[in-house]
Amino acid sequence: MSLIDSLPRVRAPRLPRADGLIPWIVPLAIIVIWQLACVTGFVPARVLPAPTDVALAGWKLLLSGELIRNIWVSFWRASIGFLIGGGIGFAFGLANGLSQLSAKLTDTTLQMVRNIPHLALIPLVILWFGIDESAKLFLVALGVFFPIYLNTLHGIRTVDPQLIEMGRIYGMTDGELFRRVIFPGALPSIFVGLRFALGIMWLTLIVAETIAASSGLGYMAMQAREFMLIDVVVLSILIYALLGKLADSASRALERLTLSWHPAFQKH
Amino acid sequence: MQEVLRFRSLDAAAVARPDFVEEARRFHRSPDAPARGLSLTIRGLRKSFGDNEVLRGIDVHIPAGQFVAIVGRSGCGKSTLLRLIAGLEKPTAGSISFGEEARAEDIRVMFQEPRLLPWARVLSNVEVGLGRERSSADAQARAEKALVEVGLGDKRGQWPSVLSGGQKQRVALARALVSQPRVLAFDEPLGALDALTRISMQRLLERVWRDQGFTAILVTHDVSEAVALADRVLVIENGRIAHDFNVDITRPRERGSAGLAALEGAILKNLLEGTEDTSDDL
Ligand SMILES: Nc1ncnc2c1ncn2[C@@H]1O[C@H](COP(=O)(O)OP(=O)(O)OP(=O)(O)O)[C@@H](O)[C@H]1O
Ligand SMILES: [Mg+2]
Repeated sequence: MSLIDSLPRVRAPRLPRADGLIPWIVPLAIIVIWQLACVTGFVPARVLPAPTDVALAGWKLLLSGELIRNIWVSFWRASIGFLIGGGIGFAFGLANGLSQLSAKLTDTTLQMVRNIPHLALIPLVILWFGIDESAKLFLVALGVFFPIYLNTLHGIRTVDPQLIEMGRIYGMTDGELFRRVIFPGALPSIFVGLRFALGIMWLTLIVAETIAASSGLGYMAMQAREFMLIDVVVLSILIYALLGKLADSASRALERLTLSWHPAFQKH
Repeated sequence: MQEVLRFRSLDAAAVARPDFVEEARRFHRSPDAPARGLSLTIRGLRKSFGDNEVLRGIDVHIPAGQFVAIVGRSGCGKSTLLRLIAGLEKPTAGSISFGEEARAEDIRVMFQEPRLLPWARVLSNVEVGLGRERSSADAQARAEKALVEVGLGDKRGQWPSVLSGGQKQRVALARALVSQPRVLAFDEPLGALDALTRISMQRLLERVWRDQGFTAILVTHDVSEAVALADRVLVIENGRIAHDFNVDITRPRERGSAGLAALEGAILKNLLEGTEDTSDDL
């Protein structure tokens, strides 16, 4: 996804007002068509409830406080797991990108572990942690670790060696060289990792909460399934989509802010 | 030639009065004291990469402030020689010594690629050239001055990616000049530019060299560029300096003049003969 997204785009002149609205046309159209299909009875309500019914279910859960509580729990798990896994991944990426010794010591091991799908560890994780918070945090952290690690490492290794030589010629200390040459050079790749990691973060959390949890959005959806509350199930899915989009937008905004030098992000 | 003589006499004065160069450096912008160059003596210089002996005994003295061009076939070791002079490689044998103690900021290199930091604005890229003096109070003022000198004063706030190839190379030149180096080595700095940009860059190089009086060492593929700019052209063959031509043509030099063309022809002939010689040897 991110590779194509990060390519420079050919921009056609657009109406400035409409600019922000265009991406929302398709989702809106889908909701309208969906509503029509439900109202006309084309789709039976027990297969797919109408958007208005979903909104109503959301409103009720909002009033009872259950929705906010579950969203908060999921958001908290996602963030903490992401920070732990991403932090460790970033640290290993830096260490292995900058130090030959560190890379020799750990890279092969990490590459081997990488080939285990982290969700395959769920049974083991449940045996270890039960359905405790730590189980979810562990899985999210593990899932997020690899994209951040690999892309940080790749970013650092592919910094133009001529620029590094230039930095040395001009008397930069190791610290300056890292701050002014290596880190900014690795940043585009780190962002690619960040956005992959955000996707994996949600995916892992959904699965983990669906299988082993007593709170959170995934748990809410599973509970609703037991009681045949299909509107709540659909609501949970939509909220996941929204949260995912939110995380992606946040990372894009950060990217635009820090990569303003990059030709792909320059305004014309 | 007059230029050279003038530099030589200043060089002699420096020997007589050790404080002269310090003084000259302080007032280097003044047109009366352009001689800030360092002289350079290379003795028995050898460099091997594994079994491949690239330089097999280079001996040369370059007086302070001289403009020397180095030509030779591809792969003959020109870049290697330049990197040795700049201290980027260690010699296998032999020595390179400067007329005086040289600080790191006194010796600068410019490469074929501009090597600008894409994530730093033009001005900060030039500030990089200050080396350890980067954090001094007048760093920004000095960087701006260097940018104006290469004619890019109005580009200070731009990202490098929006500049043309020639402009990028001028920013790289400003970065090399900002620390007021006393030896400036160029490794085919104009190789990637189109013919017209090349000529204007050559004029710019000549102008800053005359203004600042550093010792210039220019590696180039282009013999006509070498004779147009340099006081002296060294031809490298088989890891040694095979020929040492003086370019006794007064500046400003007129491109395409008979004198330049004759010299260019002579050097090219030597280069081509050198090629035949080696093929006989093998
Ligand atoms: N770091 C290195 N390791 C091994 N061999 C090297 C290295 N640098 C240069 N060489 C070898 O030294 C020889 C001379 O290289 P150099 O780059 O100095 O040539 P050059 O005269 O600058 O050529 P060109 O005109 O093509 O730039 C080449 O055979 C090259 O392969
Ligand atoms: Mg070369």
